[in-house]
Amino acid sequence: MTTTVTDEVVDYDEAIKRYDPVMGLEVHVELGTASKMFCGCATGFGAEPNSQVCPVCLGLPGALPVVNEKAVESAIRIGLALNCSIAPWSRFARKNYFYPDMPKNFQTSQYDEPIAAGGYLDVQVPAESGPGTETFRVEIERAHMEEDTGKSLHVGGATGRIHGADHSLVDYNRAGIPLIEIVTKPITGAGKRAPEVARAYVAALRDLLRALDVSDVKMEQGSLRCDANVSLRPRVGDPTSAEQAEVPLGTRTETKNVNSLRSVERAVRYEISRHAAVLDAGHKITQETRHWHEDTGVTTAGREKSDAEDYRYFPEPDLVPVAPSAETVEALRATLPEPPAERRARLQSDWGYSDLEMRDVVNAGALELIEETVTAGATPAAARKWWLGELARRANAQGKGVEDFGVTPAHVAELDGLVKAGRLNDNLARQVLDGVIAGEGTPTQVADARGLELVQDDGALEAAVDKVIDANPDVAQKIRDGKVQAAGALIGQVMKEMKGQADAGKARELILAKLT
Amino acid sequence: MNTDITRASAASLADLLARGEVSSTEVVQAHLDRIGAVDGDVHAFLHVDGEGALAAAADVDRRRAAGEDLHVLAGVPIAVKDVMATKGMPTTCGSRILQGWVPPYDATLVTKLREAGLPILGKTNMDEFAMGSSTEHSAYGPTHNPWDLDRIPGGSGGGSSAAVAAYEAPLAIGTDTGGSIRQPGAVTGTVGVKPTYGGVSRYGLVALASSLDQAGPVTRTVLDAALLHSVIGGHDPMDSTSIDAPVPPVVEAARRADVKGLKVGVIKELGGEGYQAGVRARFDEAVALLEGAGAEVVEVSAPSFDYALAAYYLILPSEASSNLAKFDAMRYGLRVLPEGVSDPSAEQVMAATRDAGFGDEVKRRIILGTYALSSGYYDAYYGQAQKVRRLIANDFAKAFEQVDVLVSPTSPTTAFKLGDKLQDPMSMYLQDVATIPANLAGVPGMSLPSGLADEDGLPTGIQVLAPATKDERLYGVGAALEAMLLEKWGGPLLAKAPELGVKGA
Repeated sequence: MTTTVTDEVVDYDEAIKRYDPVMGLEVHVELGTASKMFCGCATGFGAEPNSQVCPVCLGLPGALPVVNEKAVESAIRIGLALNCSIAPWSRFARKNYFYPDMPKNFQTSQYDEPIAAGGYLDVQVPAESGPGTETFRVEIERAHMEEDTGKSLHVGGATGRIHGADHSLVDYNRAGIPLIEIVTKPITGAGKRAPEVARAYVAALRDLLRALDVSDVKMEQGSLRCDANVSLRPRVGDPTSAEQAEVPLGTRTETKNVNSLRSVERAVRYEISRHAAVLDAGHKITQETRHWHEDTGVTTAGREKSDAEDYRYFPEPDLVPVAPSAETVEALRATLPEPPAERRARLQSDWGYSDLEMRDVVNAGALELIEETVTAGATPAAARKWWLGELARRANAQGKGVEDFGVTPAHVAELDGLVKAGRLNDNLARQVLDGVIAGEGTPTQVADARGLELVQDDGALEAAVDKVIDANPDVAQKIRDGKVQAAGALIGQVMKEMKGQADAGKARELILAKLT
Repeated sequence: MNTDITRASAASLADLLARGEVSSTEVVQAHLDRIGAVDGDVHAFLHVDGEGALAAAADVDRRRAAGEDLHVLAGVPIAVKDVMATKGMPTTCGSRILQGWVPPYDATLVTKLREAGLPILGKTNMDEFAMGSSTEHSAYGPTHNPWDLDRIPGGSGGGSSAAVAAYEAPLAIGTDTGGSIRQPGAVTGTVGVKPTYGGVSRYGLVALASSLDQAGPVTRTVLDAALLHSVIGGHDPMDSTSIDAPVPPVVEAARRADVKGLKVGVIKELGGEGYQAGVRARFDEAVALLEGAGAEVVEVSAPSFDYALAAYYLILPSEASSNLAKFDAMRYGLRVLPEGVSDPSAEQVMAATRDAGFGDEVKRRIILGTYALSSGYYDAYYGQAQKVRRLIANDFAKAFEQVDVLVSPTSPTTAFKLGDKLQDPMSMYLQDVATIPANLAGVPGMSLPSGLADEDGLPTGIQVLAPATKDERLYGVGAALEAMLLEKWGGPLLAKAPELGVKGA
């Protein structure tokens, strides 16, 4: 029985004084290949249910898998980028268990012969003390290829879970999508910063995969999924000390359904607090799967994982071994992009951003967008202002990503150009941006069509100034008497008169010239 | 004319069709008539597609009339084992669990048959999921041996061999995981070939044991087998284990039928204890004929073959337990709701369906395989069996350094009575003791009739084995031996079979 009672938790800082957290992170990445892992079916997200299926990915009797070469290439590139060694000979294996969303009732995966093993990823975490960041090395155990399962939709229950549902529907479009599972070695020595390390690791991995152009890495759509294993052991010294490393690992729990960077951090933090409470009370941790609930910020018990669970792995007899030649591996190594950490350092220095500014850009996932915007001609400051200011604000308000508006780096650069040229002020530029988002065209087209432009005609501005002065004789008198700051009230009215399409600075000059 | 057409070989039918002396429609109709007349007794077919076969025949006749360049076997009908997926035609694998399943796609082999213009008469009976050596494990009742209706036709492909032996089809497709083409061939007096593993696409062959399964020809003559082999063989990008090379020159070899100077190895380990005297006697005579025709015969030892059966019955169930997991009532086939459960879960429906849908032999092997793959037992069972498999492959490699082909009796006995071995799985498994090594090593094998056993007057078979990808050697030896035996018998062995009672005649 699953319990609905809220678990006891210990204050995080208290927990970390007495316990040393150890994590293991398993990340599943859906590759962005055009076709599935073992058949030619399309992989696009959001298609009509069961429209992207064939005898192979439906597991129909007699159908056979054929390995997607592109997926193997992606796996090798990911392995190389994670500093892993690439196996000259690796095999697929069948992981046998029954579940309705798994067409064959086994998952074709890799077991003891993964394509990549023994690497690391350096991630940036906030410094222990003081501003800035420092590097934390996460060791990679392995990266292996497998196929995704279908997706179950449980209808009629209160929770969307299978328990209590009236019936279930299965969409097999996702069945057979290529996955790479990346597994870390136990992450020790992070101490208090364990939740931040977890988040930074997933963020760094996401950036790396994006730079490799192997996946769209959208956590909210499930193309990047993280399972966080957490265990605690008694704290005997500094987290990085030799005596702490000697302490045996505690029992772990595996938290699934962690679908955002923020959730990774929160879920790890929560589990540390919860484990501490269980251990403080003298109880044992149950080895089990836990579900993360984004809304309430807690985990609940899922299925218990005992050692009796037996997937009866054996080598997949329908596939031949994957044996990339050394030449192939080296050719793929040559296609690796600049490592994200190095690239970030280079761009930060090029753009003159502060550490804080750079971190905001990275966290917003806007690095590429800003880079392309700068390349298209915008200043780094303007590019950051538009993407992290205006667009991020709108994205947050609408629960979207900044890239979901149809606004391109070229658009932003063009907009910046119009401001720099004096054709638009910030207020007008925002209106132009609205037009671009509404699909009315490029910034110039929108400005033309909507007639948005700072009025350059001094005659019209002068007429407006005269009109406002006439209408406000007492304010005008104050200015004449030397209270120059009263001009602000008149400027506002002039701008209103000009429907915003005037240069406020010029209006001020004119008013002062006439009255002083 | 119609009464004789069904006795003709595929090669001679092909000649008659090419010369316009008979139409494909007539040939197909004659076989449909024959099926109607004798299959009530033989029960070789699970499904007869008269309409589809006649339509395909009419199409070939039309194309021939239009002067199109047709495949040599175009218009010659064929029966297909019910383990191959056929679009629009039921495919049950002899199991209740697939009752009524109509595949939405054709196996690659079936596509090749259709493209070559061979009308498909229907689907033939088999042991459930090809597990068995007698066709008694079919959920739809056994097939009867045309030589003696009280006896088994071999298995698992007893339906295909019986159909060919009873003149219900000139050609048939079988599949051979441990002898399911060759052993039925031996006990029905017909020819059966298991090509090199990977020589014929497995795409659409409902897997029993993926690393052992291989489809191949079931015919009455060696040349017919070669002609059919060349239709179904060749690389298939849909099957990763398919060999990327042209089909070996099997037809040429069958026509040359030459063994002069050929080195033939008699396998010491296959043919001693447990082999029926009449089987052994016909085998020895056949070997003597080969020697007389200029072959050099030596004895060859393959010591690991003694462990082949044990290794096979770990590897096969292991793979089968996983391959058969997909039959769970969720997407197709039988669905049984558990009794006395008001709101059953998916797991309960799966369990109830598998309980009702699978027969005892299938369950026995699923349990065996599940156990052999279990954590803690894997190394001792599956792992060890794979090592034995390598030793057997090594024995073959060593033997083929000394000789060009190997020979043995195909099956230790002639056809036994229906029901005789049903309660004794081990004695049933021993039927395949001589055929299994070839599957474990992936090498090609052929069984052809060697005569009739003195003690029971029933057909016996001789098996020829060749190195992987050298399938043509089987045909060279087989055709040469067949010609000498035919001369000795004064005609085909099947001519000695009793005439079946004909319904409605």
